Amino acid sequence: MIDKKNKTFRAGLIITGIMLLIIIIGAFWTPYDPNAMNGAAKWAKPSFEHLLGADNFGRDIFSRLVEGAGATFFIAAASVAIGLVIGLVIGGLTGWFGGWIDEVLMRIIDSITAFPSILLALVLIAILPSGKYNIILALGLLFIPSFARIVRMEVAKQKNLDYVRNAKLMGVSDMRILFVHILPNVVPVLLSTVAIGFNNAVLSEASMSYLGVGVQPPDPSLGRMLSEAQNYLLSAPWYALSVGIAIILLILGFGLLSEGLGGDGNA
Amino acid sequence: MRYVCKKTGILIITLILVSLLAFLAFQVIPGDPTTKLLGTEYTPERAEALREELGLNRPVFVRYWEWLTGFVTGDMGMSYSYAMDVRDVLHGKVAVTAVLAIISWIIVVGVSIPLGIAMARYQSGRFDRVGVAMNQVFMAIPSFFLGILFTYIFGLVLKWFTPGKFIPFSESFWGCIGYMIFPAIAISIPKIAKVAKLLRSSILHEMGLDYVRTAYSHGNSRWMVIRIHVLRNALLPVVTYLAMSLADIVASSIIVEQVFALPGLGRLLVTSISNRDFPVALCIVVIIAFVVVFMNYLADIVTQYIDPRVRLD
Repeated sequence: MIDKKNKTFRAGLIITGIMLLIIIIGAFWTPYDPNAMNGAAKWAKPSFEHLLGADNFGRDIFSRLVEGAGATFFIAAASVAIGLVIGLVIGGLTGWFGGWIDEVLMRIIDSITAFPSILLALVLIAILPSGKYNIILALGLLFIPSFARIVRMEVAKQKNLDYVRNAKLMGVSDMRILFVHILPNVVPVLLSTVAIGFNNAVLSEASMSYLGVGVQPPDPSLGRMLSEAQNYLLSAPWYALSVGIAIILLILGFGLLSEGLGGDGNA
Repeated sequence: MRYVCKKTGILIITLILVSLLAFLAFQVIPGDPTTKLLGTEYTPERAEALREELGLNRPVFVRYWEWLTGFVTGDMGMSYSYAMDVRDVLHGKVAVTAVLAIISWIIVVGVSIPLGIAMARYQSGRFDRVGVAMNQVFMAIPSFFLGILFTYIFGLVLKWFTPGKFIPFSESFWGCIGYMIFPAIAISIPKIAKVAKLLRSSILHEMGLDYVRTAYSHGNSRWMVIRIHVLRNALLPVVTYLAMSLADIVASSIIVEQVFALPGLGRLLVTSISNRDFPVALCIVVIIAFVVVFMNYLADIVTQYIDPRVRLD
């Protein structure tokens, strides 16, 4: 069983690693300027010159894909970071102190997580002030409950272990026990949740941008490219296909990582 | 029975809270709806008159109560962008989404359960190994991308259906189902992968328990053990998941409707949010939220009915 988890983890690591490498290189160098229009290359077929062909403005699809994947990755990372930090604080404090606030908060979190995240994201997008970063904010807020819940559970579990009692007897302050002593023990469980969160973030960003309520032009994003590509399915099926495969690889990589880390691969 | 009563009580309270939260959420939106409604005819006096007419000047809880009673009796207010009752805007859309969700759900149940059982039965065999790998991949494919793929393969290349040309019920029942089957499959494939995986691991978990060893010692074959003893225990978490997954399916249909240009609730929700037509958006959000809450309620009741040991209070 451990062997199998290891294999899954390694597969995830390879896929995610390759994607990350391409994204990082793409941040500094792409074969073409992603926004450079070139009339001569309009609807170029995939070739050595244009790996994935060119779109209706003659822009190199591969370069745009790399840029879009980078943007999607950045949005996912930023929103997971927001959810993680706030969730960590809320979950840590409620798990440590318990009491009725903990009860009420957990009930609320339970009912929030029962709703499909795309529905909540749409509502948040509607009510947040519009702006370039509101999708990050919306997704970040959305991820707080799941992180808070997992941290709370772990902290409540660790709270009564001997090392914590020991630290208490030695007069270590609550905050220090919580964030210096307990937190490192929560990290392993958290890692798998972070991978799932990433997974959800990529999927949500792609869906929202595909629907036209996420990333707005001229900013790049995989979801937006997919909705553009859909208009040219008949003349350039490889456009939609390559964007879709990029999304799948991102999601698959993080799904495998999460499973290899001991999660169940879906949230 | 007491359990059902208690759950029903919680259900009603949850429904009220959810609708209140959704209502409040749509109240904090920056911007004044009257600006949008009046457009170029905007003057401060007219805006004031309109606000009076729409009742926007009254306290928020009074408005919520009026909205809720209206919602329940079918009077859902006016749409900002269509200048007609929300109810008329929603007319016909609910049915499209409901039919799509139900077809998808039937496909999920019909395919994933035999698949999960077969994978567990031939554990570590070739079928199982291929299945596990395929599951992993299919779980990662977003249903809206599958939708685009289907549009290309079945719509444009094979011409089994005309993309974007939805056939309403009123025209042809089978035509409508025939068009809906493609979005339904697109929605169900990732879900099938998830449920099959869940069922497989649930069966394999049960297979390690003591009663299974006893069943083997009575001379049962692996298939008999699974069918007679293990399955009814292993299905329990799956049934709960399936009941709740209907909500997930409705959520996926929000996006897939866009891919196939289906005139359903999801598509309307997206347009009403982009147009900032909040009375419509609010009603759709509350309808979907009610479905979610109700399916969770049903899942609890069903689970308890199948296995009286489970009392989630």
